Amino acid sequence: MAMQKFLLTGTGGQGLILAAIMLAEAGIYAGQNVAQSQSYGPEARGGASRAEVIIGDEDIYYPKVERPDFVLTLSQEAYKKYGLHLDEEAILIVDDTQVTEVKPRSKNFYSLPITKAVRAHFGSEQSANVLALGVVASISGYLSMDNVLQSVKHRAPKGTTEQNIKALEIGWKMGLKAGENQENKHCQNEGDES
Amino acid sequence: MSNPKLMQGNEAVAEGALAAGVLFYAGYPITPSTEIAEKMAERLPLVGGSFIQMEDEIGSMAAIIGASLTGLKALTATSGPGFSLMQENLGYAVATEVPCVVVNVQRGGPSTGLPTSPAQADVMQARWGTHGDHPIIAITPSTVQECYLLTVIAFNLSEEYRIPVILLMDEVIGHLREKVVLPDQLTIVNRKGPDVPPGEYLPYENDDSMIPAMANFGDGYRYHVTGLTHNQKGLPTGNPEVTKPFMQRLTQKLNPYLDRIQMVEEVLLEDADLILIAYGCSARSAMEALHIARGRGLKVGLFRPITIWPFPQKQLEKYVGRKFLVVEMNTGQLAGEIERIFGNKAVERLNRIDGELITPKEVLEKIGGLCNV
Amino acid sequence: MFNDIAQYFRTDTLPHIWCPGCGIGTITAAIVRAIKTLQLDQNKVIFVSGIGCSSRMPGYLDFNTIHTTHGRALPFATGIKAARPELDVFVIMGDGDSTAIGGNHLIHASRRNIDLTAIVINNSIYGMTGGQTSPLTPHDKRGTTSPFGNLERPFQVLELAKAAGATYGARATAFHNQLLTKLVIDAYNNSGFSLVEAISQCPVSYGRRNKFKTPADMLLWQKEHAYKAGQRIGHEDDFEIGEIFRSEAPEYTKEYDKLRQRLKEVSR
Repeated sequence: MAMQKFLLTGTGGQGLILAAIMLAEAGIYAGQNVAQSQSYGPEARGGASRAEVIIGDEDIYYPKVERPDFVLTLSQEAYKKYGLHLDEEAILIVDDTQVTEVKPRSKNFYSLPITKAVRAHFGSEQSANVLALGVVASISGYLSMDNVLQSVKHRAPKGTTEQNIKALEIGWKMGLKAGENQENKHCQNEGDES
Repeated sequence: MSNPKLMQGNEAVAEGALAAGVLFYAGYPITPSTEIAEKMAERLPLVGGSFIQMEDEIGSMAAIIGASLTGLKALTATSGPGFSLMQENLGYAVATEVPCVVVNVQRGGPSTGLPTSPAQADVMQARWGTHGDHPIIAITPSTVQECYLLTVIAFNLSEEYRIPVILLMDEVIGHLREKVVLPDQLTIVNRKGPDVPPGEYLPYENDDSMIPAMANFGDGYRYHVTGLTHNQKGLPTGNPEVTKPFMQRLTQKLNPYLDRIQMVEEVLLEDADLILIAYGCSARSAMEALHIARGRGLKVGLFRPITIWPFPQKQLEKYVGRKFLVVEMNTGQLAGEIERIFGNKAVERLNRIDGELITPKEVLEKIGGLCNV
Repeated sequence: MFNDIAQYFRTDTLPHIWCPGCGIGTITAAIVRAIKTLQLDQNKVIFVSGIGCSSRMPGYLDFNTIHTTHGRALPFATGIKAARPELDVFVIMGDGDSTAIGGNHLIHASRRNIDLTAIVINNSIYGMTGGQTSPLTPHDKRGTTSPFGNLERPFQVLELAKAAGATYGARATAFHNQLLTKLVIDAYNNSGFSLVEAISQCPVSYGRRNKFKTPADMLLWQKEHAYKAGQRIGHEDDFEIGEIFRSEAPEYTKEYDKLRQRLKEVSR
């Protein structure tokens, strides 16, 4: 699998650092090397936040993500900061409620009802981070559900484990479905071209 | 505890300290080191140890020296502004030869600087921050695994040579989370106690080992400790016949042990025309660049001083005649040291002081300009 | 006079460095007599001091002794006590040492109510360095850095410690030597941060600049201006001696030990 680089972006307070930690830990459960970091600002709440994860079977030297393979964005501000200048092959996943103004992108783009789903299931936006983690992990296809589940169980704050497991399952399914749709779309597109 | 596990650099320092047998922590919160204090606050009371949050870093340093005198291994952690305040009593620990470990998770300076961004600009402060001629040991982890292992080694060196040891980290490594494998077995060194009865004990004995035995306060060896220049009993004196051998021993006491203190990592140096010199977070960028450069057929190697003070000069001198590129997040603090060894024609610098980690691309560009392909 | 307490001294370090007529010697004897009366184990007694004339005291005493940096005796002592609460920790400080450079440590040791027996030897001046003004130099009095009289007002060091949370405070003088011994005993017996202000005379650096002709004049001044609780103040320089305050509050190292026990029970 070489090296996969993830960028989880949004607003401070959305729990994306925790989601990144869970993702990295799932990588360790999968027997991989990992590096997880974040850009720190003075604000624990608000402002564009960015958490990074590298997972790979090689040694990871430079620990920061320069050219991400996967970018999750849960806020318009973070999208502007981190979602605009991506490689063609990079996969961009945005929340369809929080990120509404998006530059057209021909492929590898997913606008998904992440916050809508948590609201519908849990009545608040708590666990949006873990649901998003499920989406990213399943779309990436590099980790098994078991590994991610194990890290969610280990890292979920006390008293939230059950809800977060549920959130992970919903996100995982959402990711799988979105992936299938995109593949179908691609097949059709390729078919059209030939 | 699963093994391997995901750990943050600062967390690994705390775990390493506990594994080394630390039972005392005094500190004052400061970004980006605070996770160390938080972890110790949580863990120490569970293992019969003590955590105390002091009123400032001056008091923190004082408290760990006091605790160490009673026989406990003691730790404090800080960043630039706090490290400045610690210099006073750091010098006291050097002069009175009290073991302790001080972690400095470097951030941008001077002054309040860039509290949440990395820097490596305390290299010279670690060496000469406290006044007066003195020996010091400073070591620089580059991975989270090393944060754990080098904390144990920092305590071992401190206990063995009766000297404060600085674990010179940086924000990148302190906040980075990586895979850590906790070893089944660790070598733990404890200070050598006196093997003579109290009446014959000389707390600052000037013998061939240059490292006197250390008795714990409260254990029946009543002796005096002072920051004044002192005789072998520990009592103050200004007599040149006493101060001269004392200062000679104090300033040279690490010399017989340099081989055991100076740790380096050498990567692909044998055929290297250009040797990168980097430590801490910068070494990560240098390593990445090195491997890309090798892939392009460039003969580049890396010399990483893990022990930065006393600087491993002997190990580096083997490579006289090569070209050197010192990669560091300051304006060239270690580069000056390398120039002192090889002259400034052999030494190139790559520096960054804006709070952003040097990128492999920047290192590669510099390598490209220096290697004739 | 000395033989009764000689066992507590490193007699080979004598004579001491203090000037003729200085009060620190008699104060030292008063403190050591308290330790003798308390019958403390000499191996478990720790003396911690800062920098200055008074801070040279531990060097002459046969205990575990540590002469630290200027103003920092209390945080060193805090480390010792927190690490090994079974040790009896005495802290010797001067007035400049404890209230200027070490003022922050003084209020925090008080706030923590850590079980230390602290003694501030107040000679109203920086004596060792030749008589500079300290935060306890009285208003209008002269030092080398206030050659025209001190413009600033002094701290009331016991009031300061009390307000910050110390649980025992007392005052005596070099003249009131037996009282000082009694107060040090009481301070030791208080479980918490105890502060004894021992007023001393510095004839060389303070007295001769402030109209005291001889050390005896200064001792007389101590005698005449000291009063016991309830007595009337006759003069603005008058000061109360004896126990000044006492209160009950949780002691730091005992609280920490309770925490350890609580966590042990939880983990069981």
